[in-house]
Amino acid sequence: MANVLFLVDHDGEKVAKTAGELATFAKRAGTPVGVILSNSGKGDALAAGLNGTDCDRALVVENDEIAKHGIAAAVSALAQIVAAQQPSAVLIASSARGKEIAGRLALRIGGGVITDAIDVNENLATTQSVFGGSFMVNAKVKVGIPVITIRPSSIEAGVGSTLSSVEKVSVNIDAKDKTVTITNSQPPVKGGRPDLTEAKIVISGGRGTNGNFGEVEAMADLLGAAVGASRAATDAGWYPHTHQVGQTGKTVSPQLYIACGISGAIQHRAGMQTSKTIVAINKDPEAPIFDLADFGVVGDLFAVLPQAREAIKSKRA
Amino acid sequence: MKIAICVKQVPDSWAEKKMVGGRLDRESVDAVLNDLDEYAIEEALRIIEPLNEGKETPEHSITLISMGPERTTEAIRKGLSMGADNGLLVSDAALAGSDAIATAKVLAKVIKDGGFDLVFCGTESTDARMSVIPAMLSESLGWAQLTFAGSVKVDVATKSVEIARMTESGVENMSATLPCVVSVIEKINEPRYPSFKGIMAAKKKQIDTKTLIDIGITASEVGASGAWSEVLEANPRPAREKGVKLEDSGDGGTKLADYLLEKRLV
Ligand SMILES: Cc1cc2nc3c(=O)[nH]c(=O)nc-3n(C[C@H](O)[C@H](O)[C@H](O)COP(=O)(O)OP(=O)(O)OC[C@H]3O[C@@H](n4cnc5c(N)ncnc54)[C@H](O)[C@@H]3O)c2cc1C
Ligand SMILES: Nc1ncnc2c1ncn2[C@@H]1O[C@H](COP(=O)(O)O)[C@@H](O)[C@H]1O
Repeated sequence: MANVLFLVDHDGEKVAKTAGELATFAKRAGTPVGVILSNSGKGDALAAGLNGTDCDRALVVENDEIAKHGIAAAVSALAQIVAAQQPSAVLIASSARGKEIAGRLALRIGGGVITDAIDVNENLATTQSVFGGSFMVNAKVKVGIPVITIRPSSIEAGVGSTLSSVEKVSVNIDAKDKTVTITNSQPPVKGGRPDLTEAKIVISGGRGTNGNFGEVEAMADLLGAAVGASRAATDAGWYPHTHQVGQTGKTVSPQLYIACGISGAIQHRAGMQTSKTIVAINKDPEAPIFDLADFGVVGDLFAVLPQAREAIKSKRA
Repeated sequence: MKIAICVKQVPDSWAEKKMVGGRLDRESVDAVLNDLDEYAIEEALRIIEPLNEGKETPEHSITLISMGPERTTEAIRKGLSMGADNGLLVSDAALAGSDAIATAKVLAKVIKDGGFDLVFCGTESTDARMSVIPAMLSESLGWAQLTFAGSVKVDVATKSVEIARMTESGVENMSATLPCVVSVIEKINEPRYPSFKGIMAAKKKQIDTKTLIDIGITASEVGASGAWSEVLEANPRPAREKGVKLEDSGDGGTKLADYLLEKRLV
C-alpha cells in the first residue's frame, strides 16, 4: 500500500494530540508515515511520542534551520521528503501554520490542496464543514499528490503499537527558503488546563464576564475543560488572544461547548457551531447564541455558574 | 516603494451563506470588501502616508489588486475611498470556479509584472476561509513570507521589514528584506471609515480591468476546468434540533447541572 505522509505537530518537546488523529486518517488510505521536523537532538524523544498511535514508521529531520526560518524552510524539508517517498497524500493538522505549509507545499509539489477537512476516506475524498457548519462539502484533489489539512479532534485517534522504524533523514534548506529570520518566539502561556482544540469540553467567556473570568475558570477546572473567549473578551485584554474562538480565532468542535456572556455573533459561531452539544448562559433572552443552544439559561452567569458547580459537586459526591 | 494589496469581494460576512451546485451562491447576499482586507489597507496607508507627507509628487503608492467578477470594482472602490491610489482587477469568464492554486497564480503574475516590492493581504477571505493565498503568493513569487502580523515595521532606507506573527502558537518576531508578502490580523489596527472627501476622490481614481489574455495566462490553467481539486457534493447540514431555553428563576444553575449530568456530558 502507498505511503501516506503526515506532518507531526509538536511544540519542540511534546507531540500534539493531532499526530495520533492524523495517523488514524492516514491508515485508512495507506501506510501511515509520520514526519517530524525538529531541532537537533530532539528527534528521538519526539518520535517516541508516536508510540501507541496508528503509525509504525517515523521519518525524523533534525535541522535547526527550520525553526529559525519558519514556514518556507519547513516546506523545503517536506518537499524533499515527498520527492523521496512519493506518498499518495500528505496530511497536516489545520492551524495557521499547518494551512500555510499545505498551500506552499501543494504549489511546490504540484498537487491540489484541501484545507480544514473534518473527514478523509480511503480514497482520499474529504468532507468539510463550511459557512460555520451550515453546509457539508465533499471534495477531492484531482491533480498531483493531494495535500490535505484536517481539523483537530475530527476523529478519535486509534490505538496502535510501538514504532518499528525511526529513520533520520537529512535535508538541505535552500537559500531561497531562508529569506525570513525568526528572532524571537514566545509560545502561548500554558496554564494547567487542556488545549482548546484538544479538549472534550470548552467553556468560553465573553463581554458578559465584564473581565472577570473567575467563574468560567472555576467551572473549567471542575469539568476538566479548556477556557475560550470571544473576540470582545480578547480585545479587551481580559483573556489571551490565543484563546479566542471564532472566525479569526480557533475553531473548536468539542463534545460540550458552554458559552457564558457571549451574544453569538456570526464570527463567533463560525468557530464553535459544530460542537456536539451547546449550552448558553446569557442575560438577554434575544441573544442569537440561543438559536444554537441545546440548553440555554436566560440568566446572570455569576449566579448560574456557581450554582451549577455546587450542584454538580454535590451530585457527584 | 510600490505596495500591492490583494483584496477580495465576498458575500457580506454578517449574512447567512448558502451553496448552489457545489459553489457559493454569491447572488443571494450583498457583496462587500472582505472585512479582513480592510486591516491590510489601513496598515499600508499608515506606512505610506507619513512617507509621502509634504511631497509634491508622492514616491510611494498603493495599488489594490483583485481577481473576481466585474462588480468587484465596487469593493475596490471602497478601498480607494479609504485612500489607496489605484486598482487593478483581473476579470475573465474563464476564471469562474478557480481554486486557491489558480488564484495565487493569477495574483502572483500581476504582482510580478507590476513592479511591486511589498504585498499586503488579509489573513483570510471570509467566504473561502482557507488562509492560504498569502503563503502561496510568497511561494509563487519567491518572496519572503511575513504572515499573520499583529504589528509591522517597514524601514524604507534599509528595505527591512519586521513583524510580530500572532497565531494560536504564540508570538514570533521575524524579519526579512523587501520584496515580501505580509498578511495582517484583525487586531493590528482599527480600519478608518472612508471620509466624504475620500469617497469623492475615489470616483476619479483609475481601476484597470484586465483579462487573462492581457496578463498572459492561458484559460485552461485556471477556472473550474484547471482546478486541482473539485467539489463532489455540497449539502445543507440538517438544522440543529431546537433546544431548551429556560428563564433562571433562582434554580437555573441546578437545572443546568441536572441537564449536563443526565446527558452524561460531565
Ligand atoms: C473581521 C472580524 C473578525 C471577528 N472574529 C471574531 C472571532 O474570531 N471570535 C469572536 O468571538 N468574535 C469575532 N468577531 C467579533 C464579533 O463580531 C462580536 O463582536 C463578538 O463575538 C462579540 O463578543 P461577545 O459575544 O463576548 O460580546 P457582546 O456581543 O457584547 O455580547 C455580550 C453578551 O453578554 C451578555 N451578558 C452581559 N452580562 C451578562 C451576565 N452577567 N450574565 C450573562 N450574560 C451576560 C449580553 O446579554 C450579551 O449578549 C469578529 C469581528 C470582525 C469584524
Ligand atoms: N480573488 C482574490 N483577489 C484578491 N485577493 C485575494 C483573493 N482571494 C484571496 N485574496 C487575498 O488573500 C487573503 C487570504 O484569502 P484566503 O486564502 O482565500 O482565505 C485575503 O484576505 C486577500 O488578501
